[in-house]
Amino acid sequence: MKMHMNHLPQTQTRKQRSLWQDAWRRFKKNKLAVISALFILLLSLIAISTIVIDLTTGNSFYRQYVIKQNLRGKLDAPSAAHLFGQDEFGRDVLLRMIWGVRYSLFMGILAIVFSTLVGGFIGAISGYYAKLDNVLMRFMDILLAIPSMLLATAIVAALGPGLVNVLVAIGIAYIPTFARTLRASVLTVKEQEYIEAARAVGADDFRIITKYILPNAMAPLIVQSTLGVAGALLSIAGLSFLGLGIQPPTPEWGSMLSNARTYIRDAWHITVIPGLGIMLTILALNLVGDGLRDALDPKLKS
Amino acid sequence: MSEPLIRVSGLKKYFNTPSGFLHAVEDVSFSLDPQKTLGVVGESGCGKSTLGRAILRLQEPTAGEVWFEGENILSYDAARLKQLRCRMQIIFQDPFASLNPRMSVFETIAEPLLIQGVFSKKDRTGLTRAVREMMDQVGLAERLINSYPHELDGGRRQRIGVARALVLNPRFLVCDEPVSALDVSIQAQILNLMQELQQQLGLTYLFITHDLSVVKHISDDIMVMYLGQVVEKAPAERIFENPLHPYTQALLSAIPIPDPDYKQERVLLKGEVTSPINPEPGCRFAKRCPQVTTACLKANLPLIEVEDNHYVACTLFGSAGAQHHAVRG
Amino acid sequence: MKNNVLLEVKDLVVRYETDDGVVQALNSVSLSLQQGRILGVVGETGAGKTTLAKAIMQLIPTPPGVIASGSVFFDGQDLLTFSKQHMRSVRGQQISMIFQDPMTSLNPVMFVGEQIMEVIRSHNPEMKKSEARAKAGEMLEMVGIPAERAVEYPHQFSGGMKQRVIIAIALACNPKLLIADEPTTALDVTIQAQVLDMIRELKQKLDTSIILITHDLGVVAQNCDDVAILYAGEIIEHGSLRDIFKAHQHPYTEGLFKSIPSLASKAQRLEPIKGLMPDPTNLPSGCKFSDRCQHTKPECRDQMPPFVDVGGGHWVRCVLAGKGGVG
Repeated sequence: MKMHMNHLPQTQTRKQRSLWQDAWRRFKKNKLAVISALFILLLSLIAISTIVIDLTTGNSFYRQYVIKQNLRGKLDAPSAAHLFGQDEFGRDVLLRMIWGVRYSLFMGILAIVFSTLVGGFIGAISGYYAKLDNVLMRFMDILLAIPSMLLATAIVAALGPGLVNVLVAIGIAYIPTFARTLRASVLTVKEQEYIEAARAVGADDFRIITKYILPNAMAPLIVQSTLGVAGALLSIAGLSFLGLGIQPPTPEWGSMLSNARTYIRDAWHITVIPGLGIMLTILALNLVGDGLRDALDPKLKS
Repeated sequence: MSEPLIRVSGLKKYFNTPSGFLHAVEDVSFSLDPQKTLGVVGESGCGKSTLGRAILRLQEPTAGEVWFEGENILSYDAARLKQLRCRMQIIFQDPFASLNPRMSVFETIAEPLLIQGVFSKKDRTGLTRAVREMMDQVGLAERLINSYPHELDGGRRQRIGVARALVLNPRFLVCDEPVSALDVSIQAQILNLMQELQQQLGLTYLFITHDLSVVKHISDDIMVMYLGQVVEKAPAERIFENPLHPYTQALLSAIPIPDPDYKQERVLLKGEVTSPINPEPGCRFAKRCPQVTTACLKANLPLIEVEDNHYVACTLFGSAGAQHHAVRG
Repeated sequence: MKNNVLLEVKDLVVRYETDDGVVQALNSVSLSLQQGRILGVVGETGAGKTTLAKAIMQLIPTPPGVIASGSVFFDGQDLLTFSKQHMRSVRGQQISMIFQDPMTSLNPVMFVGEQIMEVIRSHNPEMKKSEARAKAGEMLEMVGIPAERAVEYPHQFSGGMKQRVIIAIALACNPKLLIADEPTTALDVTIQAQVLDMIRELKQKLDTSIILITHDLGVVAQNCDDVAILYAGEIIEHGSLRDIFKAHQHPYTEGLFKSIPSLASKAQRLEPIKGLMPDPTNLPSGCKFSDRCQHTKPECRDQMPPFVDVGGGHWVRCVLAGKGGVG
């Protein structure tokens, strides 16, 4: 490592790369992570197009094809007309899977964005201000002491099932993880000499946190968030499976799985397909997370 | 003689640790004339870096006074302290740790100007010109302006550190081991640069280092520290010609001289290093000192002027001890 | 030259094949060390000092490292032809290495005595535990640490004492060759003096040969018998201590001496070497120092100057060698 970073050829001007660009270059080399990222991107595009379709058709397409029952095709196996078959009410499984992406993936992302912001804020504050650290972290410890799934279940049970409540529940459940992650890296970065250098030229706390500490402390949080989306997605599916999450007939993958399990002997496809959907998405998110970790961790740079 | 630019008196810095108060800087006083260099030497843990930071108020001193350009800066409020940063700056030891890895050369050097409001963010041309001038002054090629620290070698990084410190046009610089992390050939380049800049810009340096040959090369006066206490202070030549304090003698005899014909006589040190946490009064070197007496442990020893401008804190010298001691030539 | 050459490195070439290109870490390095002497290897960051030490120990991580060619004769046998297993028995037993940082080289959760015992027992499996313990105690005493302290953890020792423990571990099996990679760089000067004095005493007592890798010419002057100067993966000058300090001929060696502030003479301006070490992925053709040298001639850039003996085992790689040099 020492060998190659110290030397810049004197004669030629090389294209200058920031550390983020360097990380992107390393990420691109990890084929599995890139494929997974493309898969997630594809899912996002699907989710966005379903939203666009719903907005332009005023939900009529949704009502006509995604939730309208068609008992004649009940539990039909995959065919040319219905590639993934039909479910217990004769609805097209493929369309339901496609419409379900937004609930699974987007809600996972939304929940994690919420908890990353809140948890990140708490973590940054408690890492930087030693006086607040104890109070904030003990509070986080209390939250951490309860298993996140149990906490989310309890919150939903208290607030009642429903889309927003699930979001809030999962968001809160993940806050302490992110707060801890960012706090740990803020504590390390805070001791670096360049922080003192910034103070020596008169920078105030806000500038030091936003310009010096956060950019250098973000990497573990980014990795953790990506992995967190996978966890949140699983929690949403789990809550829905238990009947506490998104209610039928909304085509959420977890509730599809839950409703399908009664028919697993007669129609394997309606259980396997949402199951596979959840599994592949989580696998992809984890691979992206791993890829990001390798790309962002300068210690693995060689 | 001109007015001293900076005068430190009775400066103390204690750290609260779980096992008690760590006396990092104990009652340090000195004054420094404009355009002079005071070298501070000592081994790791002697408080030399803490001294530099306490003077700049990067770490708040526990007690004492720091007079700079006729004002006690320890009484400054936050706003005046921020202005003071334009006149007092610091260069750090580690050119790898002291630069924000996410900021380019331009951003790093421009940062002090933006923070202090010398230029506004909109005045991109003015800012760029100021940065380019500074880069030119410290010997950084213009094409490196958008480089990031991790792409540069140690010597160039240290030039960025120097540029960042000088861009606000300060009068006084604390140099905390600025060349210790560099290879000898690069070290010589940076030392020369610092001497040139001192002459051109009329800078005053507090030069902290553990390297005695470097400190002799660059300093007018040298102050030797041991576990927070100043044990000896004298003009650079005199410290080497006539070291008086037993610790200074031991330190000088331990430096390996790059000359095979020079056979060194070691002053060997025995015994345990005194803990700087809640220390007993008296000389902290006493436990390792070959010439220790009971008087050494009674009270903290004052610096006594033994010859012109040569001060030492040791019971072997001064009115109380009265017994002058034969010293190595 | 005497016959009892313990180590002879010939035309050693080591490369690191990284994503950013091929790093030419060592280019045709040759040096020799006689029994019972201390060889100082001097060079700046990135010159290949540590790579040289690791190549002798066969500890180059592969990939990305490749020992492309050359030979390392130790006691008359080429180490590069040894099997992994054979080499493992040589390491520690016949060649030992100590590293720069005493803080990270010791296992923090093991008593220091046990760490010494472990080395002794791994090379002498038939030795009884009690014997090994006694030997470990002896080793500690030898480096100036009371044997009672064998049952303490590394964090209970100061930096200088830790480095002594590491030396005790390195010498536990009475190796013929000790490679010390910047053993005192992390220590204060007064502690450094103690550790170096001790290394010299032990060398006398145990008749160990030593390669002392350092960037500090003062340490070399006070401790070594022979010196090799490494620059950009090449040994550019190699000879006795006096050859190098009093009659050096290579412009780089000259530049190194002019870069250090002198304690003896009055302060004057330093004359540093211009420029920087070349990029090891993109070395200049010919003499690697030609871009920074004041005496560069056109032929310097055409081909690598030969390594010539200018008399009495003083080798110089420079076209000026033997023609009065630069001094």
